[in-house]
Amino acid sequence: MRMPDPDEQAIGRRRQLVEGLRRIVPGEGVIVDEESLTAYDCDALSAYRQRPLAAVLPETVDQVSRVLRLCGELGIKVVPRGGGTSLSGGSLPVADGIVLAMGRFNRILEIDLANRQARVQPGVTNLAISKAVDADGFYYAPDPSSQIACSIGGNVSENAGGVHCLKYGMTSNNVLAVEFVTLEGEVIRFGGGYDQPGLDMMGLLVGSEGLLGVITEVTVRLLPKPETQRAALIGFPSNRRAADAVAAIIAAGIIPAGMEMMDKPAIKVTEDFVHAGYPLHVEALLIVELDGPKVEVDHLLAEVEKIAKENGAETCVVSETEAQRLTFWAGRKAAFPAVGRISRDYMTMDGSIPRGQLPDVLDHIAELSEKHGLRVANVFHAGDGNLHPLILFDASKPGELEAAENFGADILRKCIAVGGVLTGEHGVGIEKRDLMSEQFSEVDLDQQRRLKDVFDPAGLFNPGKVFPLLHRCVADGRMIVSAGANYAFPDLPRF
Amino acid sequence: MPLDILKAGDEAAVADILKQGKPVEITGGGTKLGLGRPVAVERRLDVSALSGITAYEPAELLLTAAAGTPLSQIEATLSQHGQCLAFEPPDLSQLLGAGAGQTLGGVVATNLSGPRRISAGAARDHVLGLRAVNGRGEIFRAGGKVVKNVTGYDLPKLLTGSFGTMAVFTELTLKVLPAAETEETIALPGLDCAEAVTVMCQALGSSAALSGAAWVPGTGVALRLEGFGPSVEARRQRLLALLGRDADVWAAPASKAWWREMRDLAPLGSGAGQAVWKISIPATQAPALLEKLKSLGEHKAALDWGGALVWVSLPCGTDAKAGDLRALLPPDAYAMLMVAPAEVRASQPVFQPRPAAQMAIEEKVRRSFDPDALLNPGRMV
Repeated sequence: MRMPDPDEQAIGRRRQLVEGLRRIVPGEGVIVDEESLTAYDCDALSAYRQRPLAAVLPETVDQVSRVLRLCGELGIKVVPRGGGTSLSGGSLPVADGIVLAMGRFNRILEIDLANRQARVQPGVTNLAISKAVDADGFYYAPDPSSQIACSIGGNVSENAGGVHCLKYGMTSNNVLAVEFVTLEGEVIRFGGGYDQPGLDMMGLLVGSEGLLGVITEVTVRLLPKPETQRAALIGFPSNRRAADAVAAIIAAGIIPAGMEMMDKPAIKVTEDFVHAGYPLHVEALLIVELDGPKVEVDHLLAEVEKIAKENGAETCVVSETEAQRLTFWAGRKAAFPAVGRISRDYMTMDGSIPRGQLPDVLDHIAELSEKHGLRVANVFHAGDGNLHPLILFDASKPGELEAAENFGADILRKCIAVGGVLTGEHGVGIEKRDLMSEQFSEVDLDQQRRLKDVFDPAGLFNPGKVFPLLHRCVADGRMIVSAGANYAFPDLPRF
Repeated sequence: MPLDILKAGDEAAVADILKQGKPVEITGGGTKLGLGRPVAVERRLDVSALSGITAYEPAELLLTAAAGTPLSQIEATLSQHGQCLAFEPPDLSQLLGAGAGQTLGGVVATNLSGPRRISAGAARDHVLGLRAVNGRGEIFRAGGKVVKNVTGYDLPKLLTGSFGTMAVFTELTLKVLPAAETEETIALPGLDCAEAVTVMCQALGSSAALSGAAWVPGTGVALRLEGFGPSVEARRQRLLALLGRDADVWAAPASKAWWREMRDLAPLGSGAGQAVWKISIPATQAPALLEKLKSLGEHKAALDWGGALVWVSLPCGTDAKAGDLRALLPPDAYAMLMVAPAEVRASQPVFQPRPAAQMAIEEKVRRSFDPDALLNPGRMV
């Protein structure tokens, strides 16, 4: 993956930079020694690595503000970083910039249960918010599967999703206010309540992938926990029948808390790995989760079961205990590591398509699999049409990496061709940057670039991300996971 | 000022008109010309001819329509398939002294959201994609036609509620949702504002999953339950046990009628001679604010969104008491002047003034779409 050519003059100002940073952030908050810096070389898209000039770990908003002003004055690039769990290279460092690591902003500042909101620092993990209010019967709804490690600041920057977005929305639908620092060091609050006093600047900042500024505080909505959660595990004789069932469930007015689908290769590989009790003779498997009052969940599960049978379901098991529900999920959540067990390397796409196109896109992926001579396993958020095809390859074999990259790009082109988009929840980052021109026209992209210029005309924030580099032909757009020891956070569930 | 009405027949015509480089006021159904600061220009761009639903797949939960499509047409179509716009767009035409016929584009441009905002989100949470023309006369697309998408900046959110000051919408794609099978309202009469907010916070913090929580003096608190029949019944029983108070239960027809009136602000009466303010505030601070509002003299107030939205109606006078009212607001609150005669909206800040740095960056963002301030200039002041 090519990054913009480093600014040698900026690199030459490293000593001046480090002296300035040390005046702002005392003690061990400025990291420059090579060994300690390795921890910041990459995020979860660890096939790509770059040593930054320095890593800075500020503790106060004032320090963030002064660090940004200093970088602005010296023309030093800034890559913000939260938990470092991005799957699209969102916090990949640059050679001529610093990493601004927000891990020390790890305090929950205020929990306001009466108004159902919490004010937290950006380095707090997603799960820590839910844990802090769990005993009081509340939670924070968006649940990216890396929630044990990913930070709320990173969630805001990437507009993170999760299994339950279909019913509860993405990060952007669950944030009430953000505090944010500009390159000039100005501290600004956007948002506030259930509507905005002016332009919806918060809506712009959420999902802006660290290109516009640094988030220093987030106010999130808290929801009362649902009383009951139960799931159904349903097997179908074909992908098409499973997709039809998904459409029929939604057409019946049911919005499940989660609706996940796996194809036969994915069922096989995960069942071999976690022994979740998945039926091995079916072609497609759905996990449908309902939550709410017990009577509602029971009522809707009966409906779902009926619709599934009408659509040719061969097997249907409904969870009777919490342990059983978690077992249903165990295989699905382990899909990435399970694939990692049978293939030296794999990469995953994150395309999002109109649900009705699912069977055709799956057929097309099967054809592409033959064309490129590589195996593929499909897992996806069927409820909202978000695909995660996993392409299996072996980078040590000549030509396979290239074939996998071409396969991945072909899948994303197909997603766009059927009216879909490049990324449903992982973000563009460096990974899908060069395919942006396939989804958007130059006019569309210029409109977005002009927004970037408002906040950062010199292009110092998170360079090389989201927008195609000039003079770069469209090539690829995928996450590569290589068994050659460069998959960060190997134990994190990913889906 | 004599107005030049320019009717655009299609998207290309909108672009051609904007390329002429002259400022325009944008209108669709014309119901919201009285919302926001008056726009003093000589040309009005009428996009009502950009009308019609272009794609609707109920199972995709998506609807795409031209921006000038009447909302009533969209709602009728959705209703035939048991679906709805979950953010419950209000119809403020009576309050604003306008005729019927609001359009989808107008609803999105003003981010108007009804009582269900507390559970389902605002208009901005339902706009997935759009086509629009910016102030340069360029046609651009943003977002997508899928329910889940993080590709590029979220321009649909930024443009929703921008009151036509950044781009002219030509086509909008919205997320639609199943309409509730049934509904009921639990009514608690006779509560004062402080008691009402306590009750609403308690109910909204429970697993009753309310889709409406409002307070109107005289009527008391109304708590709406929507969903599948057995679920509504179970939640009603749970909620009544939790609250431990005397309550009336309104069945679906009465419940529907009451929330429709609340949505359209009927409890505030008609707008003649009145100014209406919309105040956003943390719910628990609403009772103290209502106490302070007494210093303004004669007024009516009602609470929606569990207390996080305060509606105030007062005799307008020459300034809608803008300065006095805003001086009473706590730091986390902000007020928008929703209804007032044009001369008052021209002389008073309609939108809540914000810190200078914030206003400056908003203005730069606006200019990145509309460099020469051609679109609804001054509307959002």
